[in-house]
Amino acid sequence: MKVNYLEHQTKVNPHQTGLDISVLGLTKYLDGKPLYEDFDLHISSQKITCIFGPNGCGKSTLLNMISGLVPIDSGQLSFGGKPRSEVSLGYVFQNYRDALFPWLRAIQNIEYPLLSAGFSRLKRRARVEELIHQFNVGFDLSRYPYELSGGQQQLVSIMRALATRPHVLFLDEPFSALDYEATLAIRDKLQDVFVETGVTIVMISHDLEEAVYLADHILLLTKRPTRIAERVVFNASRPRTLETLSDPEFVRIKAHSLEVFRREAS
Amino acid sequence: MAKAKLHFSSGVSSFLIANTGTLLILLVWWVVTALQLINPVLLPSPVATFVALWEGMAGGGLLLDFWLTLYRSLYAFVIAAVLGIPIGILLGANENLYRSFEFLIDFFRSTPATAMFPLFLVVFGIGDFSKVAVAAFAGGLVIFFNVAYGVMNTRKTRIMAARIMGTPRWRVFFDVIFFETLPQTFIGLRTAISLTLVVIIVAEMFIGSTNGMGQRIIDAQQVFDMPDMYASIIATGIMGYGLNQLFLLTENKFIHWKGR
Repeated sequence: MKVNYLEHQTKVNPHQTGLDISVLGLTKYLDGKPLYEDFDLHISSQKITCIFGPNGCGKSTLLNMISGLVPIDSGQLSFGGKPRSEVSLGYVFQNYRDALFPWLRAIQNIEYPLLSAGFSRLKRRARVEELIHQFNVGFDLSRYPYELSGGQQQLVSIMRALATRPHVLFLDEPFSALDYEATLAIRDKLQDVFVETGVTIVMISHDLEEAVYLADHILLLTKRPTRIAERVVFNASRPRTLETLSDPEFVRIKAHSLEVFRREAS
Repeated sequence: MAKAKLHFSSGVSSFLIANTGTLLILLVWWVVTALQLINPVLLPSPVATFVALWEGMAGGGLLLDFWLTLYRSLYAFVIAAVLGIPIGILLGANENLYRSFEFLIDFFRSTPATAMFPLFLVVFGIGDFSKVAVAAFAGGLVIFFNVAYGVMNTRKTRIMAARIMGTPRWRVFFDVIFFETLPQTFIGLRTAISLTLVVIIVAEMFIGSTNGMGQRIIDAQQVFDMPDMYASIIATGIMGYGLNQLFLLTENKFIHWKGR
């Protein structure tokens, strides 16, 4: 399945895969205090990496710096050897209400990055159709975002972020404003899309169980000045299901991560 | 049958809820004049007033004055919008530029436009245009700072979302910041249309005017033609209310996402 996709992707766009993100010697001061000092990070391509850490350790700032929204004081960022300007990113914000464009219909929101990248109407439609099929969307996308439920809006955000087939998908606590039912549904859809496309995913999570459930790599961060406390690997096969949650390996990894978090956050 | 009756009665009751205040005032007005509690020279009956309104609008001079005032207000409003929106966007987008003009802006915002009549008379002469100019100045300021605040207070997340998609800066401006600003812009436009009407009416009253609703109201008062005075006041009120409703309707149609 995955191999098929890679072949397809290579034909469509040869640059889509194999871009590991590396951060070297990153330093960032916030209000005169060090947030990151000589910080190194490696994010593997075609994996799901979840970032988990104490409040205020700068998880969102890290994503924003990697994505070029927030300037860094010093250090090097590279995407498989490429600079940021040559890499396309998708970004899903925690607050979907502030991130979607309410003056556009849901479907126009999804099309917007394609429009802005200069895709023809026909190509935009085809790509949206593909996404609708991929996410198995069952609601009316011709409605405005504010007419949709929170879960539906966040799904639209994810579809918008994936529209241009970005190299990397960043998600900043995408489920924290959603109810439990919507979280479960979108979490599994995200995993399905990952299995199908192999897109590199970096997600900040505030829920350790969710982080371990989704991740290949869990990055546990310390409090400020932030370091990586541990990089935990969880190799369970996909798709992971509710049964994964009671799998002994899952339970062990989660307990271990919690222990590291407790030690580093206090 | 029962259902129809229920509908009918709920229709009547919702009409009553929405209009009880108006009907009550009309009733009090009518009772006061019928019992002659106030000198009828000062307060004519509602019937006499509405007859004067009808006759004035149907063929009397009221209709002409009504159009003239509406024309001047809209003229001033258009100038205000044409100047206020671009300047508001420019200064809103450049915070340093705004800071350097902040004192002037706050000063003129706090100065009643009507205090500037003499200045505008000196600059534009005694004519129609000086009235329009004062009103445009007052309305333009309101539009300008509403637009500027709208631009300054755009939600950063949407701009970030667009930037991260690789949208060029100029395009972010038209596709995101412009729409983000629209609700605040419309508040400015709606306030401005009310304000230009106020300034035009006052200007017509006091700066050597021979026509317009302001002049008409003052003239009627001078010769104690009370039905015509009240009719003119009501006609002016209808104009203001109508303009406001028109803007509100446009706003609700175009800015459908407002407050959601």
